[in-house]
Amino acid sequence: MTDRITENLKAGRGFIPFVTACDPDDEISLEILDLLAGRGANVIELGVPFSDPMADGVVIQRSSQRALENGVNLTRVLSLAKRFRASKDVPVVLFSYLNPLLRFGIEKLCESAKDCGIDGLLVVDAVDNEARDLREKLAEHDVSLISLVAPTTTDERLERICREAEGFIYAVSRAGVTGAAGSVSREAADLVARVRKFTTLPVAVGFGVSRREHVENIWEFADAAVVGSAIVAEIEASVGTRNAAARVKSLLDQLLPLQKAAHTHKVEGSRL
Amino acid sequence: MNFEPDKNGYWGEFGGRFVPETLVAPLDELHDAFIASRDDSEFHAELSHLLKQYSGRPTALYFAERLSDELGGARIYLKREDLNHTGSHKINNCLGQILLARRMGKTRIVAETGAGQHGVAAATVCALFGLACVVYMGSEDIRRQELNVFRMELLGAEVRAVDAGSRTLKDAINEALRDWVTNIDNTYYLLGSALGPHPYPLMVRTFQSVIGREARAQILEATGKLPDLLIACVGGGSNAIGLFHPFLDDAKVRMAGVEAGGSGTGLGEHAARFAKGAAVGVLQGTRSYVLQDDDGNIAATHSVSAGLDYASVGPEHAHLRDTGRVEYGSVTDLEALDAFRLLSRTEGIIPALESSHAIAFAVKAAAEMTPDQTVVVNVSGRGDKDVDAVRRILAGGSE
Ligand SMILES: Cc1ncc(COP(=O)(O)O)c(C=O)c1O
Repeated sequence: MTDRITENLKAGRGFIPFVTACDPDDEISLEILDLLAGRGANVIELGVPFSDPMADGVVIQRSSQRALENGVNLTRVLSLAKRFRASKDVPVVLFSYLNPLLRFGIEKLCESAKDCGIDGLLVVDAVDNEARDLREKLAEHDVSLISLVAPTTTDERLERICREAEGFIYAVSRAGVTGAAGSVSREAADLVARVRKFTTLPVAVGFGVSRREHVENIWEFADAAVVGSAIVAEIEASVGTRNAAARVKSLLDQLLPLQKAAHTHKVEGSRL
Repeated sequence: MNFEPDKNGYWGEFGGRFVPETLVAPLDELHDAFIASRDDSEFHAELSHLLKQYSGRPTALYFAERLSDELGGARIYLKREDLNHTGSHKINNCLGQILLARRMGKTRIVAETGAGQHGVAAATVCALFGLACVVYMGSEDIRRQELNVFRMELLGAEVRAVDAGSRTLKDAINEALRDWVTNIDNTYYLLGSALGPHPYPLMVRTFQSVIGREARAQILEATGKLPDLLIACVGGGSNAIGLFHPFLDDAKVRMAGVEAGGSGTGLGEHAARFAKGAAVGVLQGTRSYVLQDDDGNIAATHSVSAGLDYASVGPEHAHLRDTGRVEYGSVTDLEALDAFRLLSRTEGIIPALESSHAIAFAVKAAAEMTPDQTVVVNVSGRGDKDVDAVRRILAGGSE
């Protein structure tokens, strides 16, 4: 299986935005996804809102809460993904905690995922055996399970995780929750170097990436930068004004060099 | 029956470790330190010394004669965990874990608290060992347990209010986990119940089992036989598993765990995780029964007692329930309030509202038993912290 996610990140200088699905509403969320695709996103992480996001900082917690208050559930997230993928060819990775997926049903999710243009799943609180079970089920449906690694991950674990990994490796830049930080930690580069010993898969760095210099810095040693809270904060700031897409656009103008927009995908149009 | 978890911390299908990758190594480190402590006589000697000289153990097993007479059924013995230093069983676990934290070289402790009893116990052991202490507490619980907040502050802890979600225990745990994952280098997470990712449920059980070990010896000495029934309230499940565990192999001893029935049977009105419609899920690091909505979001819960007001339950209890070894039932807010007053009047013992749930269950169970039978009820804590809230409720207001 040639993984579309891997393909899209191979060239380096990759950009992986994260947004909470359907925040602030389905239409604006779709508009933002289209914008991200147009701005050269190589993969999009779509967050499934959950009541108890223990790995997230306040910005993503609040966006999750907003989405839940608007009645967003996995069914709506899937249909947003499907609408987006009907016109754009950017791989989508669902970013979720385990419980909403379990409740929905892993079988049912596997069956819907491909149909909705979902290429991968990243489950924050599934590691080791729990991840392995999930990966086996997803594999039958050609959906990748993306693995997270952290500065605390030992070499022994890294080797095992990398051996089973698919798509790309998500390297968490520092021990902590999602959210803005002053600079990219030295730990991140060390971690990516360690990861490279065990895999040729692309490596993306995320958590706290909120400025142009963070992105440029990450591109020096990793294949892609993940930007989450910084985008979600713009969406939050726009609540009530309907100018979320415009705000996200101006953030991206600051965050990404211009040529990133040109570096879109070879295949435009739908694969669905 | 086998009551030990497997090497991944599973009792049957319950338990395990559902955490972000960043926490795996710290949990491994904790697991190693815990396992090493189990075979270390120095550790045991120090813990025993503290339990005895600092907390006042063994706690009494008291025959509640007037209560038994009034009910006219089984003889009721009370395991007096309320007599511990700081007023509840929570100190047993805190003393064990603080010794581990010190061995691991951690200098800063974070803890969550619901009723405030675990927070007080954590703040206490931090004072004793001169360690910095941050306690996360839901703002709704802060309102209900004001006095305990002040108590923690007196003990030198910093109490941080949590305004997310339902503003109760679950939200405090999320915040404590976030703190821990951010500060793993110097910070130890002192989790207060038999919950969370492996090895916490096993570790908390180990440190709370002193309750059951003492009770077993005490009841044998008092009556010459094992009890017919054990009763304990179940929030996360630490006082209950502490009492039950040393009796699990005694097949003739029945056991009942009592959940908070709250004010009704609708989702959001209670914290009875095992009640009708119970569903298995994953919350805060462990697979167990979880009160949740159709989309897998964690449901709001309600109980007059903050310590029982939690949407999930320790994984070992889930296993004991599914295997039928332990029965689980619930009592309502009103029944617990009645029991609170009943024990105060008949025995001169004001129980915590959490423990009042166990008393209320005992009232019903004992009445159906005979005077040659014995029941041991765990009085997990004293009710001083609840006196003000109960006064307000009895005066006709809400909590
Ligand atoms: C006195 C008392 N009993 C019981 C509980 C419930 O916890 P657990 O089920 O872990 O014993 C608490 C929790 O705060 C408590 O303070």
